[in-house]
Amino acid sequence: MGRITLDKVSKSFGDVNVIPPLDLTIDEGEFVVFVGPSGCGKSTLLRLIAGLEDVSGGQIRIDGRDATETAPAKRGLAMVFQSYALYPHMSVRKNIAFPLKMAGMPQAEQDTRIEAAAKVLNLSSYLDRRPGQLSGGQRQRVAIGRAIVREPAAFLFDEPLSNLDAALRVGMRMEISELHAKLKTTMIYVTHDQVEAMTMADKIVVLQAGNIEQVGSPLDLYHSPRNTFVAGFIGSPKMNLIEGPEAAKHDASTIGVRPEHLDVSGTAGLWKGRVGVSEHLGSDTFFHVHDTGLTDVMTVRSIGDVAMRHGDTIWLTPQADKIHRFDAAGLRIA
Amino acid sequence: MARAVTNQRKTFNTALAWGIGLLIFFPILWTFLTSFKTEATAIASPPQFLFFNWTTENYGVVMRRSNYFLHFSNSVIISVGSTVIGLLIAVPAAWSMAFVPGKRTKDVLMWMLSTKMLPPVGVLIPIYLIFKAVGLLDSRIGLVIVLTLINLPIIVWMLYTYFKEIPVDILEAARMDGASLRNEIIYVLTPMALPGIASTMLLNIILAWNEAFWTITLTTVNAAPLTTFIASYSSPEGLFYAKLSAASTMAIAPILVMGWFSQKQLVRGLTFGAVK
Repeated sequence: MGRITLDKVSKSFGDVNVIPPLDLTIDEGEFVVFVGPSGCGKSTLLRLIAGLEDVSGGQIRIDGRDATETAPAKRGLAMVFQSYALYPHMSVRKNIAFPLKMAGMPQAEQDTRIEAAAKVLNLSSYLDRRPGQLSGGQRQRVAIGRAIVREPAAFLFDEPLSNLDAALRVGMRMEISELHAKLKTTMIYVTHDQVEAMTMADKIVVLQAGNIEQVGSPLDLYHSPRNTFVAGFIGSPKMNLIEGPEAAKHDASTIGVRPEHLDVSGTAGLWKGRVGVSEHLGSDTFFHVHDTGLTDVMTVRSIGDVAMRHGDTIWLTPQADKIHRFDAAGLRIA
Repeated sequence: MARAVTNQRKTFNTALAWGIGLLIFFPILWTFLTSFKTEATAIASPPQFLFFNWTTENYGVVMRRSNYFLHFSNSVIISVGSTVIGLLIAVPAAWSMAFVPGKRTKDVLMWMLSTKMLPPVGVLIPIYLIFKAVGLLDSRIGLVIVLTLINLPIIVWMLYTYFKEIPVDILEAARMDGASLRNEIIYVLTPMALPGIASTMLLNIILAWNEAFWTITLTTVNAAPLTTFIASYSSPEGLFYAKLSAASTMAIAPILVMGWFSQKQLVRGLTFGAVK
């Protein structure tokens, strides 16, 4: 259960074509992350799969069945919303019970499932509270609880962590990954945060303007981005993209070097620049290097605490086997 | 930082608020007091405020002379009936405009509101003639129909504003959870909109209860509500202030009591959306 196939699915709102026809297969049990800048159509794509929006063309199949015209309720999918979308007038228990009640499940079975879900999500002592009496993280857990009790074919997450503070976000990220490992149910997760995508996904789908730029495992995307967009989007800090004569030396119109693939020296190297802002994280130091003559600012990652000050001269040398080459159309040269 | 409000200013504001409050309330208080006077004290000059011979004879006269309970029950039937029918029409209308808006939804809303700008007297003759032709004059059904139509724009607007405040996400969540449209409305939308529906209902009952133009012109005896009952005491042959006051007090007392107990709901309904 939980194989979802999109066949030439497209969506337009009036004259605006949000998603040109696209194909995608999500395998059973996979954790797939849709990632892209805001407005790239990732949420729309999720809503098409959920059935909350109608497709303009193409076909959606869930476990081989054509679900294109099926109502959201009948698709067997569960969704966790960014705003949690809990029912404010119901207790936590009733919120979690709602999908079971709609499915007409016997009360005893409902109770067993609710208790089990509450235990998994550490909600047992909150079952009789209202959503308004819970913290953001607890509300998020209730939303997840409401999704898991149904034992759906797949979970859909629409930016579920963006309303949480940074520390909680990291915690919930782990919990969702843990949940996936335990349930082994297909999960589709939408985010604009590439760190979430990299840390959680089995498979990342990078979207831009409704187009799929690349599909692959996090490390595939990191090591061999298919084009300059993916190269710039995946990885933190961003990859340095260099055009012009320096790129021509490598028979490319653009070359890319990740900040962590530049060797730093105070005395000698390939490219010379001037240190701007440096960010000391303890384990790493990020330098923003100006005046290299290659790009406006280059970002460099150096391990540990490196003593370089604002205005110092810095020499950078790219690791030869870590240079990515792209042609004039921005596509990767193998 | 809290704004510094001096004690002097606070006292002034409190006094001003009380002053305005009493000014607004005064006519009702005066009516109430006059209803316990004799006709002679009622028109005495200078007016007597509290120290007069209190008497309940006006109430006795009014009860003898007219059938208060008939008018009262007419008022209840007309105001509650028009409100219930209005809500039955307005809830689905406001639901569709709030959650499935079309290109012309705003125009439809404005058009509905614009009907409230028409002076009622402008359509009095045609409506009177129609009512006469179909035999609805002096009937409760006729008044229920007219008052439903008169207040429908306000009901739709109020409910629309309420429904707009309900996050669509929650309704979509219900859809994902397997709720049919019917269950979505019963289990999710209605409970969430209940405070809004309740205050719309209360306000509309008050508006219908107090409506005088149509109720007086379209009724004589059988369907006459309390507004007609009051009007019958302001005869051209000469005013009987004390009896008129007694009648007015009896007419507004029920709605005043209802308003008193539901004021929390009412205030919330009227200021809804104004303050986040």
